[in-house]
Amino acid sequence: MRKKPQNRFKCAFPAKSVNEGFARYITAAFVSQLDLRVSDVSDLKTAVSEAVTNAVVHGYRESGDPRDNMVFLSGDYFADGKIIITVKDKGCGIENVAQAMEPLYTTAAEEERSGMGFTIMETLTDEMRVVSKPGKGTTVRLIKKVKM
Amino acid sequence: MDYSLETTNGVMVIKLYGEMDHHSAKSAREEIDSAIALESPMILRLDLSSLSFCDSSGLGFIMGRYRRMEEIGGTLTLVDPAMPIMRILRLSGLDKLIRTETSKGVK
Repeated sequence: MRKKPQNRFKCAFPAKSVNEGFARYITAAFVSQLDLRVSDVSDLKTAVSEAVTNAVVHGYRESGDPRDNMVFLSGDYFADGKIIITVKDKGCGIENVAQAMEPLYTTAAEEERSGMGFTIMETLTDEMRVVSKPGKGTTVRLIKKVKM
Repeated sequence: MDYSLETTNGVMVIKLYGEMDHHSAKSAREEIDSAIALESPMILRLDLSSLSFCDSSGLGFIMGRYRRMEEIGGTLTLVDPAMPIMRILRLSGLDKLIRTETSKGVK
């Protein structure tokens, strides 16, 4: 039987770079309800920042009307200490997810993209799942397990 | 993110304040590169002591300034990164490429 989260949130905002910090603050505010170590909060903020930045830079390629290009951020936490943060976009999607996740791989080197986004997300969380389809968008699920 | 910039005797010190992400790195990059082009410092010191957040976009910014300084025959030193910033630098391997100084000595 699927466990119910103790708490959850859902929000959406335009894929504008100024909202990268906004997403970090929402995440930090949500998990501040739990008694987390400073490092755990920092890890989640950073991972979310990476995922949202990917949606802004790559998902919608920072183009089009920002009012149509939305990022969907949601979170759940459970009694066993599991925190799930999901970042979803309905942008161009990723052709080859495995390649995109290779360290230092980037399709935007001219914009000083380090290509470390997915590596950082993977390292700072306990589990990361990426589901993407070209033309349909990308969903990144970040899971962190903490002691409650 | 805010920053201060001061050049004395060929040493440019840029102190970053706040959070560095894709949004803040974008605007800072152009202004700082203009200053580097104008003043041609031999040494660029990036003071990270007041930087509270840095993600991979911030790493891209640091790498970009490192390359810029290499192009003009200069060097880049990172100064006093806080623990979360140092963690990201180690994760990326940039700590092995770029000289880092702390108040406790060179890392």
